[in-house]
Amino acid sequence: MYRRWLWPGFALPGIVWLIVLFVVPFYAVLSVAFGTVDPILGQPVPIWNPLEWNAGWVIEVLERLSPGGTFAGVAVRTVVYIAVALGLSLLIGYPVAYYIARHAGRTKSLLLILLIAPLWISYLMRMLAWVNLLAPDGYVNRFLVFTHVLSEPRDWLGGQASTVILALVYGYIPYFILPLFAALDRIDRSHLEAARDLGASPFGTFRHVTLPLSKVGILGGAVLIALPMFGDYYTPNIVSGAPETSMIGNQIDLYFHGGPQPTIGAAITVVLSVFLTVLMAYYLWTIHRASREARLA
Amino acid sequence: MSAVAELQAPPTRSSVGRFRGWLTNPWGRPRFLVVMTWAYVVWSLVPVLIAVQFSFNSTRSRTVWQDFSTRWYWGDPVDSVWHDPGLRSALVQSLKLASADVLIATPIGVLLAIGLARWHGFGSRPSNFLMLFPLVTPEIVMGVSLLLIFTEVFTFVGTGTTAQILGHVTFSISYVVVIVRGRLFSIGRQYEEAAADLGASPTGALVRVLLPLLAPAIVASAAVVFAISIDDFVISQWLSSGGDTDTVPIQIYSATRAAPLPSTNAIATLMMLLTLASVTLGFLVWRAFTRGERRAGAKVAEEFRTFEMR
Repeated sequence: MYRRWLWPGFALPGIVWLIVLFVVPFYAVLSVAFGTVDPILGQPVPIWNPLEWNAGWVIEVLERLSPGGTFAGVAVRTVVYIAVALGLSLLIGYPVAYYIARHAGRTKSLLLILLIAPLWISYLMRMLAWVNLLAPDGYVNRFLVFTHVLSEPRDWLGGQASTVILALVYGYIPYFILPLFAALDRIDRSHLEAARDLGASPFGTFRHVTLPLSKVGILGGAVLIALPMFGDYYTPNIVSGAPETSMIGNQIDLYFHGGPQPTIGAAITVVLSVFLTVLMAYYLWTIHRASREARLA
Repeated sequence: MSAVAELQAPPTRSSVGRFRGWLTNPWGRPRFLVVMTWAYVVWSLVPVLIAVQFSFNSTRSRTVWQDFSTRWYWGDPVDSVWHDPGLRSALVQSLKLASADVLIATPIGVLLAIGLARWHGFGSRPSNFLMLFPLVTPEIVMGVSLLLIFTEVFTFVGTGTTAQILGHVTFSISYVVVIVRGRLFSIGRQYEEAAADLGASPTGALVRVLLPLLAPAIVASAAVVFAISIDDFVISQWLSSGGDTDTVPIQIYSATRAAPLPSTNAIATLMMLLTLASVTLGFLVWRAFTRGERRAGAKVAEEFRTFEMR
């Protein structure tokens, strides 16, 4: 009896903590999103019984998200920003991860430390650094004017989509490179030698061996940074603050901190969570398929 | 003779051509990747170094460098980190949350990791699954849910320091579990089994054999929890009740959106040093504890895996 309950007993405090402060709170979001609003005070009235849930708010959010709705522009912008940021992260991150995994030699440890360092520098500090650099009289404008790329300083922080996308890339790319590096580092060199021995060109080896073997790493890194990007509201707020660059996270933030309607905020959160769960499920399914193929091969 | 000499003479090239030749040299390491990688490293770190530089500026500008000064750390009687009540209370609040987080999340996480690694009965698989969720949930979703639960259901908590600590522990537990579990797998079960063969009870084996072996992972996870708690912005902001409960990241956020002074850079620099010190300490302790176990030539790269899961 004592033995049987020993190990679950160890896990118990953590499990209870996560149920009370992770699962139950998420259920509270559902209850508010599927709840009603007090007609006089405007306060949300959660409905705890799922059988009595009122889908009105979630349906309203879905309607506003669909083409022509008031959230449609924000939704499209969020997806476009994140897609472009992912593309840029891949373009910058793949060569870096590839070089460190394959060719860095003696400098590998040093480069890894430098690669990990940004993860331990507060995200807000790194955004603050760019706000300093992109200010009207900051280094970036002064450099661009000095080299005559720009005739006069540009207002980078006044609601430019390019600034927000670059800030997203700068903020999240370290989280993308590391899983990618791990995947590339794990590739057995004998596979590459075999490909070369069988007559593949260096590029052919890359295309037919390295790239397919690193696909899981690319996907893992992409999911790892796409999930927090979908919930990001502080990056656009810091480097732009303009409504023209607001993302879906900003809408949630507005409905809780700016506006009087947490119910709509909760409904957007629910819709976003469902979307991200689908994304996550797709990723897990891909990994599962890849590992099964690897076992069969 | 002259024709041969002409052929053998190295072709004279411009410096641009020479750089291109060096870049595309087909032998040795691919130079294009070398340049790209170091350019990336510079791009990822130099902006932060410039921000640190301007925390030592002698004027109110964060963009035009004047002279070196410690004015924004303690010199300025109104706006320095030491004298500005807002910045000072933010520093205190950040340290308070991080310490409480380490003290609560580390033991709970270590117990959960041991429990999950050894327990194989009914309920162990969903528990493993549940543990992973906080790692992939966007912080805003966690922020919204905790805010709603503390204002609608657990109203005795409300917003403020208690709510912030509870929130920080909630997202920290999983990091502790991941780090400690990695160590548990690399230790294996043979030490505990040997202890059991020699007559130790399960708890005896745990206290005398397993815990000492886990010590480096426990220290490392405490360091990681401290660092992620200090750097956290979203959960702290959603559960803040304003005023004294604003942490340093919240202050940086509001200052950046208003009109920041170099004192913002100064407090950000202090927090960065604190985080880096904590993580470096954790890493050094990890190395010192596991010294005898490393295979000769084991790569630092492999050890870093423990530290890169953030």
